[in-house]
Amino acid sequence: MATVKLTVDGVPVEVEAGSTVLKAAEKAGINIPTLCYLEGIHEVGACRVCVVDVGAKALQAACVAPVAEGMKVLTNTPAVRTARKTTVELILSNHPDNCPSCVRNLNCELQALAESLNIRGNRFEGARNEWTPDVSSHSIVRDPNKCILCRRCVSVCEKVQGVQAIGPINRGFNTVIAPAFGELLADSVCVNCGQCILVCPVGALYEKDGIAKTWAALSDPGKHVVVQTAPAVRVALGETQGGEPGEVVTGQMVAGLRRLGFDGVMDTDFTADLTILEEGTELIERLTKGGVLPMITSCSPGWIKFIEHFYPDLLPNLSTCKSPQQMFGALAKTFYAEKKGIDPASIFSVSIMPCTAKKFECERPEMRDSGYQDVDVVLTTRELGRMMKEAGIVLDKLPEEEYDPPMGLTTGAAVIFGATGGVCEAALRTVYEVVTKEPLKDVNFKFCRGLAGVKEAEVDLKGTKVKVAVSHSLSNARKVLDMVRAGNPNGWAFIEVMCCPGGCIGGGGQPIPTNTAIRQKRIDGTYTADERLAIRKSHENPAITAIYKEFLGQPLGHKSHELLHTKYTPRGRYRIRKEKAAD
Amino acid sequence: MAKQEKQAIDVDRVDKIVARHASREGALLPVLKEVQDLVGYLPEEALKRVALGLGLSLSRVYGVATFYSLFYTTPKGKYVVRVCESAPCHVQGAPEVIAAIERELGVPFGETTPDGRFTLEMVSCLGVCGVAPAVMVEDRVYGNLTPETVIAVLQEYR
Repeated sequence: MATVKLTVDGVPVEVEAGSTVLKAAEKAGINIPTLCYLEGIHEVGACRVCVVDVGAKALQAACVAPVAEGMKVLTNTPAVRTARKTTVELILSNHPDNCPSCVRNLNCELQALAESLNIRGNRFEGARNEWTPDVSSHSIVRDPNKCILCRRCVSVCEKVQGVQAIGPINRGFNTVIAPAFGELLADSVCVNCGQCILVCPVGALYEKDGIAKTWAALSDPGKHVVVQTAPAVRVALGETQGGEPGEVVTGQMVAGLRRLGFDGVMDTDFTADLTILEEGTELIERLTKGGVLPMITSCSPGWIKFIEHFYPDLLPNLSTCKSPQQMFGALAKTFYAEKKGIDPASIFSVSIMPCTAKKFECERPEMRDSGYQDVDVVLTTRELGRMMKEAGIVLDKLPEEEYDPPMGLTTGAAVIFGATGGVCEAALRTVYEVVTKEPLKDVNFKFCRGLAGVKEAEVDLKGTKVKVAVSHSLSNARKVLDMVRAGNPNGWAFIEVMCCPGGCIGGGGQPIPTNTAIRQKRIDGTYTADERLAIRKSHENPAITAIYKEFLGQPLGHKSHELLHTKYTPRGRYRIRKEKAAD
Repeated sequence: MAKQEKQAIDVDRVDKIVARHASREGALLPVLKEVQDLVGYLPEEALKRVALGLGLSLSRVYGVATFYSLFYTTPKGKYVVRVCESAPCHVQGAPEVIAAIERELGVPFGETTPDGRFTLEMVSCLGVCGVAPAVMVEDRVYGNLTPETVIAVLQEYR
């Protein structure tokens, strides 16, 4: 590879030809501020915050300007400082001043930039846009008043998720990011994944609040409030209090939830184990009795809405299993209520999820098999962090506590649901032993792990060979689904699809920032948590054995079908507008 | 206007336009132009056919349709009257010409006359500063206008 020599503020540096000035500066140890730039996803040089002097007539955007041999880059001249300051002041002149009450206060890239550029006041007083925030979605609030039009959300929705629910409408000062025709998010093809929230530099995109309803339930003496925690929350919650990404804080989180006042603190991992029993049995049935193959996982609600919109012809390939969250919800108001002798009407069911799409999922009309709304409120990891902060709970100072029975005992197989490949690996740990009736020598199916977009392998179940595939992010799901539509040339029998990059650990409800390096750390934490658990296979979980014995009967049995399985809704790419009745 | 929006569009002819361009890159702009020439503007139904036919998302197609000022997503009048509001036209008397047009047609710029005959638009430059102030009706340019002569121009389209 040819290289280029240049200097940045006098520091000599050698980089690959074709690199950007920004990359060269990084290598030289010089920080250039950016705002719209999102590495690998959104590199358009639009905001002009990263301008530098490269000796050309005009200042150049470092994030897109290519390096040249002998280039002398200056990043800190009066012209550069003035240009950056002017740009940010102009952005601020059309941005609300209510930082202290903004959901992104102290975690806002624009606020941090204004601070780092030493902006104290604003020379520009001009027109301000006034938009009505879109609160139509169960998952995501869009407030264009705070939007700085960087378009990172548009890029992530298009390039990473392949959904393209939102885009710029109009031009110039009238530009707004919204679904086509200015429709509401709830009426669009938005799958509620929340990746746009993770990349929004400001508070223009955030989750629909579940905190108020939760506090109300917790302070209502007539309510028995249960909580479940998703696998991916335990390796990220620490970040909301300044901890390291990937640090496993399960025990402290359980203690913290008790201090918040939850009456039953249980684990979504329990129903993840249950999912493996149900889904594993379903797979074995489909393989042996000639069902629709490949069978595709159904845990990830953003993925479910995606296939309903874009690949409705492949809905029969989906496992009929509800997600672990919804299995837990249905059991909380039946099995748990019975066991505890509590009227299910007085149970308020909260779930802590790394996910914004789960907020939509719990409101689906079919998710009421207990006779009530199975899960009442979904909180993101970020929201739980906010509640703990509000209550003065410091995780570091809490002892490690255990989950409550009867849905608190879990396995390593369930923990790894949080990372891409985890469901597939957990399923293989069980399916292998059920089919071969022999213990696995090594429970680690390492081909499932890591951040490669599509992973595949052939697993030998003592003579029966099963081909499996794993994908994460919806643009990769598209690749896999297009293969299935094309007749499944690779002969996959089982496919795991997760909506978000990295799996749930990279979900739209996780702490901000979430980037590739942080995703990897949370994945590492996930496998550490797996290894720490005594039981690492779902079918060996004694609490699972007990619930089948006491309540469910057997996997795919009558009661399972009633409470743990679901059906799907073909939605189409466009909403068909209902014409108002003729006047 | 609401009634006009509901009128059925000839979906087959839209599809034919799309099919003629579908194989080449950068087909969206020529397709949108031809569809607008056919329908008069770009209704939602037509944009959905275009998106489907070209394999583009609706948000992309709608974004492009609303970005360019020569595309219309709401019905426009039979004749579009474009008045230059740039500095040379301004100093040569454009404000008086604009006022005369609004008075004559009874609607402000940006709107369409109730009879559906004229849509009034401001544009930043028509490129004919030598004959400022200038007005363009459909694809004909008129220069050196006064409040009186611009009324005569409009009469040609009555």
